[in-house]
Amino acid sequence: MFEKEVAGVELSAELNQFISEWKEKPGNLIMILHRVQEEYGYIPREVALELSRMLDVPLAKIYGVITFYHFFKLTKPGKNIIQVCMGTACYLKGGGDLISELERLLGLPVNGTTDDGEFSLEAVRCIGCCGLAPVMTVNGEVFGKITTEQLPGVISKFKGN
Amino acid sequence: MAYRSYILVCGGTGCESSHADKIYQNLKNEIEANQLFAQVQVIKTGCFGFCEQGPIVKILPENTFYVQVKPEDAKELVEEHIVKGRPVQRLIYNPNEDKNRTSLVTEEKDIQFYQKQFRVVLRNCGMIDPEVIEEYIARDGYAALEKVIFDMKPDDVIEELKKSGLRGRGGAGFPTWMKWNFTKNATNSETKYVVCNADEGDPGAYMDRSTLEGDPHSILEAMTIAGFTVGAQKGFIYIRAEYPLAINRLKIAIKQAKEMGLLGENILGSDFSFDIEIRLGAGAFVCGEETALLASIEGKRGMPIPRPPFPATHGLWKKPTVINNVETYANIPMVILKGGDWFSSIGTESSKGTKVFALTGKIKNSGLIEVPMGITLREIIYDIGGGIPGGRKFKAAQSGGPSGGVITEEFLDTPIDYENLAKLGSIMGSGGLIVMDEDDCMLDIAKFYLDFTVDESCGKCAPCRIGGKQLYGILDGISKGNGEIEDIQKLKDISLAMQRASLCGLGQTAPNPVASTLRYFEKEYMEHIVDKKCSAGVCKDLLQFVIHKDKCVGCTVCARKCPVNAISGERKQPHEIDQSACIKCGACYDACKFQAITRG
Ligand SMILES: Cc1cc2nc3c(=O)[nH]c(=O)nc-3n(C[C@H](O)[C@H](O)[C@H](O)COP(=O)(O)O)c2cc1C
Ligand code: SF4
Ligand code: FES
Repeated sequence: MFEKEVAGVELSAELNQFISEWKEKPGNLIMILHRVQEEYGYIPREVALELSRMLDVPLAKIYGVITFYHFFKLTKPGKNIIQVCMGTACYLKGGGDLISELERLLGLPVNGTTDDGEFSLEAVRCIGCCGLAPVMTVNGEVFGKITTEQLPGVISKFKGN
Repeated sequence: MAYRSYILVCGGTGCESSHADKIYQNLKNEIEANQLFAQVQVIKTGCFGFCEQGPIVKILPENTFYVQVKPEDAKELVEEHIVKGRPVQRLIYNPNEDKNRTSLVTEEKDIQFYQKQFRVVLRNCGMIDPEVIEEYIARDGYAALEKVIFDMKPDDVIEELKKSGLRGRGGAGFPTWMKWNFTKNATNSETKYVVCNADEGDPGAYMDRSTLEGDPHSILEAMTIAGFTVGAQKGFIYIRAEYPLAINRLKIAIKQAKEMGLLGENILGSDFSFDIEIRLGAGAFVCGEETALLASIEGKRGMPIPRPPFPATHGLWKKPTVINNVETYANIPMVILKGGDWFSSIGTESSKGTKVFALTGKIKNSGLIEVPMGITLREIIYDIGGGIPGGRKFKAAQSGGPSGGVITEEFLDTPIDYENLAKLGSIMGSGGLIVMDEDDCMLDIAKFYLDFTVDESCGKCAPCRIGGKQLYGILDGISKGNGEIEDIQKLKDISLAMQRASLCGLGQTAPNPVASTLRYFEKEYMEHIVDKKCSAGVCKDLLQFVIHKDKCVGCTVCARKCPVNAISGERKQPHEIDQSACIKCGACYDACKFQAITRG
């Protein structure tokens, strides 16, 4: 009955290599999930199934771990990921205003992705640049001391890339 | 010196995000172009701490301290400073920001931000290239490890730690020597572990991040010393996945230390072997709690378990485990090299050594600072931090993040140590120090932290899971104008229940921000409840922006600024705000040059 669900996913050679390196190490699951997310941007269901088979861990346990940790995503994020810091320093300096303005500009709620798959918007915890608050990142590039007026410029810089 | 000059470029995360890498590359290219590579070395270092003024470039041996450097400044720095020996005036720190630039400060030691600081933990940050092990060794790196392996017995190390008075920097302040001693004496297993807690969950704090980025070898050295002392052969660093730069530098450091025989099999030719592995966190604050952290290393959901038994005897895979915070470890090599007596000469009676703080919020000089225990908050905020910007009034400082509380004006002169902060209803915490001014609403701050802890509660025990939600609900109601007088007592009762009955530190301390703001700012709570007002102007539902006809000159600036077109009016005629459309963003209020708009 369940066999049908084991869709044939081809894991890349590098991913396979990584998994076999970690396979025998105790406590490997989280490290492997990090590696999967690095490759896909999220944890696709088929890959989770494949991991369950390869590591001989119940799928329920894998999902238990994925859903416990905020870092892991179950849905595919947009091409450009905008993260706004909502750590204390950034919150005090208007991180919330950045989020509302981005929601308005992109027409999507926090944790949403635009219909064209171009942008995702996330609120994140401190990224360690509190001296530059308020801070946001796009695809990992940090923008510090940012104002709502600068947001359209930042978005257009990444649009269509 | 092998070189005539050294150019140090800050490579901390803050400066990197302001293109420090490009500055570094450009400087290298300029040195190349001027054929100076045999005389001048360009080095990328860890954080200088003065993040507010970053990116920072320092030139030795003159010690010239350049601030807010841009990639395009590289040419001038090399051609003027290096070639002609003329400092570039326009890039020198101008503390008073006066236009004539008459009070420039050229050297770090004369900059007020650094004067009351004392660096033990951050001794190498901003001094060495963290990706080159030789630079760490040149500054006595791994000398403590050598001393421990060849000249000391495990008990000597414990004795030195005991003399030093070093207490854990991760929050609770437990004496480090005791933890190590428990694990050393544990007989339930031959296999033991050493773990470094680099989960740094407090939002708004980046002490551990900067230490790892600026001086990764100090952590490896200290963990290896711990391994030797307690009899462990394996260490784990549990670090947030959100810290890619620190992770990368740790990886490089581990590889280099292994190549040099300072980590791995038979360290320094002795029969002691020790290995360190990196494990990534995955964005769960509760995993900073030690039992949850260990569960996470084991690959499980990071749920705390009741203590005792403590990790010191029943830790990772139930084996005796030493777990310490990054900053605690960073102190260890210095305790060994300079001695416990030296260390205990710094600080107060109960709290020895220094503390690193991430000073942020409404403060002129945001940055990473290290100060001796016993310094006052006033010195930190006004001497080091330069005071509150924009002529605003200090209201409170928050320490200890979501587990901590606020310190108010009247306690600015209390010497900071573990006991004094606890007496004030806050905690030392891991080192987040957030300054708030009159524009910050204390109820909103409490709500902000509660929102965080509710979101991060693992849900295992009811007091935290349910109590946190209830507290948040009440605060939210008050901030929306639905508060009742009885809410104050309810907040106090639920807080007490959570503090007493929660399983782990997260739930036990989650009510602290509420309890502490209530203690010092009950009036402000009452204002929200009785007058339905937020005088700091933060709680949007209690705000109303009104244009006063007698003052409005009809300049139309506000109407153009309003993002939702809620303001209407003819040119040169008084304008009006459509209250139903207003989103209370305050853009009009900030924009009006005639003080015609009030916030009430
Ligand atoms: C909810 C919670 C979060 C914590 N987060 C951290 C953290 O981010 N970093 C840390 O070093 N300790 C954290 N701690 C403290 C650890 O449980 C533990 O006390 C510490 O790692 C011990 O190291 P130390 O003795 O060197 O301070 C946290 C505790 C609790 C209850
Ligand atoms: S206090 Fe909160 S975080 Fe800690 S175990 Fe209980 S529910 Fe989990
Ligand atoms: S609070 Fe935003 S980067 Fe730290």
